[in-house]
Amino acid sequence: MNRHFRFRKFVEWANWVGMLCCMSVSVFFLVAILGYVLVHGASYIDWEFLTAMPVPAGETGGGIANALVGSFLVVMVASLMALPIGIGAAIFINEFPSHGFGRTVRFLAEVLTGVPSIVVGLFAYALVVVPSGGFSAFSGSVAYAFIMVPIILITAQEALRLVPDSLREASLALGIPKWRTIMGVVLPVSSRALITGAVLAISRALGEAAPMLFTAFGNSFWNVNLTKPIATVPLLIYTYATGPYDDWHQKAWAASFVLLVVVLLTSVLTRAFLRGNSNE
Amino acid sequence: MSSETYAMNDLKTRELEAPVATAIEALGSDNGVRMRVDELSVYYGKVQAVKQVSMAIRTHKVTALIGPSGCGKSTFIRCLNRMHELTPGARVEGKVLLDEQDLYGTGVDPVDVRRRVGMVFQKPNPFPNMSVRDNVIAGFRLNGVRDRKTLDEVVEKSLRGAALWDEVKDNLQKSGASLSGGQQQRLCIARALAVNPEVLLMDEPCSALDPIATAKIEELIHELKEQVTIVIVTHNMQQAARVSDFTAFFYLGELVEFGETGKLFTAPEKRQTEDYITGRFG
Amino acid sequence: MAGDEVTLETLNRALPGVKPVSARRQVVNLGDRLFYIVAKSLALLVIVLALLLVADLCRGASEAIRQFGLKFLVGTTWDPVTHQFSTLPTVIGTLVKGFIALLLAVPVSIGSAIFLTFYTPRWLRPVISYPIELLAGIPSIIFGMWALFAMVPVIRVIQIWLKAHFGWFFLFDGPAVYGVGVLSGSIILFIMITPIITAISKEILLTVPRAQIEGMLALGSTQWEAIWKVALPFSRIGLFGAVILGLGRAVGETMAVTMVGGNSFAMIHSLFDPVHSMASQIASEFSEATYSLYVSSLIYAGLVLFGITILISLMAQFLIWRISKGKLALLD
Repeated sequence: MNRHFRFRKFVEWANWVGMLCCMSVSVFFLVAILGYVLVHGASYIDWEFLTAMPVPAGETGGGIANALVGSFLVVMVASLMALPIGIGAAIFINEFPSHGFGRTVRFLAEVLTGVPSIVVGLFAYALVVVPSGGFSAFSGSVAYAFIMVPIILITAQEALRLVPDSLREASLALGIPKWRTIMGVVLPVSSRALITGAVLAISRALGEAAPMLFTAFGNSFWNVNLTKPIATVPLLIYTYATGPYDDWHQKAWAASFVLLVVVLLTSVLTRAFLRGNSNE
Repeated sequence: MSSETYAMNDLKTRELEAPVATAIEALGSDNGVRMRVDELSVYYGKVQAVKQVSMAIRTHKVTALIGPSGCGKSTFIRCLNRMHELTPGARVEGKVLLDEQDLYGTGVDPVDVRRRVGMVFQKPNPFPNMSVRDNVIAGFRLNGVRDRKTLDEVVEKSLRGAALWDEVKDNLQKSGASLSGGQQQRLCIARALAVNPEVLLMDEPCSALDPIATAKIEELIHELKEQVTIVIVTHNMQQAARVSDFTAFFYLGELVEFGETGKLFTAPEKRQTEDYITGRFG
Repeated sequence: MAGDEVTLETLNRALPGVKPVSARRQVVNLGDRLFYIVAKSLALLVIVLALLLVADLCRGASEAIRQFGLKFLVGTTWDPVTHQFSTLPTVIGTLVKGFIALLLAVPVSIGSAIFLTFYTPRWLRPVISYPIELLAGIPSIIFGMWALFAMVPVIRVIQIWLKAHFGWFFLFDGPAVYGVGVLSGSIILFIMITPIITAISKEILLTVPRAQIEGMLALGSTQWEAIWKVALPFSRIGLFGAVILGLGRAVGETMAVTMVGGNSFAMIHSLFDPVHSMASQIASEFSEATYSLYVSSLIYAGLVLFGITILISLMAQFLIWRISKGKLALLD
């Protein structure tokens, strides 16, 4: 009896150790990756890096200003397209419930989050690049928008779902039309969660490189024209990392650091933002 | 509310079906009838929740609706301002007439109906993202009215009408949700009063409140009926007896008895009414 | 109407009393009607976009489909010079890397999830799971950077050692010195999908009713026995869904795999062989595709990849939906 019990206790302990190891593996890689990027990238960041244009290949110096601006521009245009669609569709699904249609759109959105980003790039290529005859920042925005819409739709619908029905009833009972109820009561009350969802989607798009490969395509020069190819940070990292020059590799690390900071910041901020909401 | 929007503008009292007309004459008095309900039935899918109810709601009086849970009184009251339409699958037969205009007529906008017939709910629901002041005038601001002076006047008038002015007048910018339960409910009453409804519906307004807050609101109802006709649903018979002029007893979706409160509680005509009032079931 | 005698009968004829009410009935006034139309259009647009995606992929791939048909999926030649294209090696490459990643990820992620749910005090849980969820949000290009510069040299050393000592085993009988290949690709995928599977599994394990576990403990079982006998069977479906979701992510992953998975087109027979995944092939060769059949073949490959990931995604969503009603979809 005692021996069997000790065996079970041992199994318990062994599994505990096993689980701990699994946990540690996860944490280890996180630390390894973040640490590596920090160490290799942070030191290279300086004012020149952030504000100067790239120099010809092989030379040292210069910066990634064009890519920083390019990413910002492409993502901003994408948001202008994705936010109305995502939030509008979420409003329709949640505020005008109709058996089946709403659930279909929601399910579709969830399936769409699993589409590989390279396939989205192919889609934007076929939809925009081919008819327009060339790579462009706008086609990149279309690709990003396609990635962002499902995320925004899902987070927005969850945000709207959290608004209690009693508030809608209170507004309607005052003789306020439904659309003003949605715009004036439901949206403001859910604004925190809505903004969080939008920020999450934007942060996700900022980091995607694959769709840019054959849409925005990259550009070593300054460009703010949406109809021309444009540089974006993640694609620049890829190009520099797989290139032959050490200086390029160094710049890739620094750019990774910048990207990582942006992504981590948005993650931290959105969490704090949401937690502030639940404290009310 | 022009006559183009309301379908039947020429109903006269004495031409209505006999029972309703008789009831009104029986009630005598010089007070007119503000709302008339004519054979109202409500179906949720195949289930009939309200069965051919007819009643007259008199101006500047308080009409209470009592009955055990599930008897249809809440469903009924929500038909008076077309709020039942928010429930998918709800279907209505019959008519509800406000000053002889059918609220369910073709072309009648439920939004217009709800401006004339206001509602206060069981659980206070002030808008959490708005201040006290903004809550009161929500009915205006959300409809696009912006004139500062008008709005300020409405705020004071409505808050006084809801007996809340003195308690919040120095703190109008505080969030609506930061008040106590009883204050929140009075805020909701002020909000409903601000749009100047002709009838105010109250669906168990005190059931989520403590006795002191309840007493304040009952006192308020006494004052309010000078301005506005009140219909109140309550599961608390004593409250109905305290507060109302007329009482309607509902059971299983039917209007069992309707009459002056004093008479209904002391000498009810129907056996069922008597059983409910004396507590034999409920 | 004026002048007719008004009785209940004439009233009923003029105003039919039955008014069926649905969500649309509320939409009487102009503002509401317009708003409804706009909102519905936007929802429809989502469906249209999805359909457009499939349509455009099919259209782009049509030339290759007409040329190769289904032989595309089983052939082993990819030669731009002779205009011969097929994808079996890359499909195999994709699936092998994905499954090896899964093999590594499942024990680590579910183990972590179990540890977080049952062995970590409640206050400590967010402290540890937060970094893991952070990891899930890191862009794949950064994983790729780290894999290329930090991980591959280490893998190279390991591979050389393995080949030297166990080279007779078919899995280790390959070009160890490259460093990039199936092993590297699988490992970086494993690192990338673990946080996702962990996060979802943790949520699923949290839904196991405490009463059932406490029942087991009250009977004298150890914590582990309670987990093994109660919690895991209870959450079997959800955990499986989480794993499938991870697989979907692994199969569709592009940048990291392009950088360290090896970029060659050949049937693999060892862990050290470099081989494209479908995604990495498209990423690498698209800009060099100079004629339409080449481009079309790459899009055809993209269509195949899309088909595989949609199947996986549908399975995963279906499983997860069944137990959580869509709450967890955000976590991928």
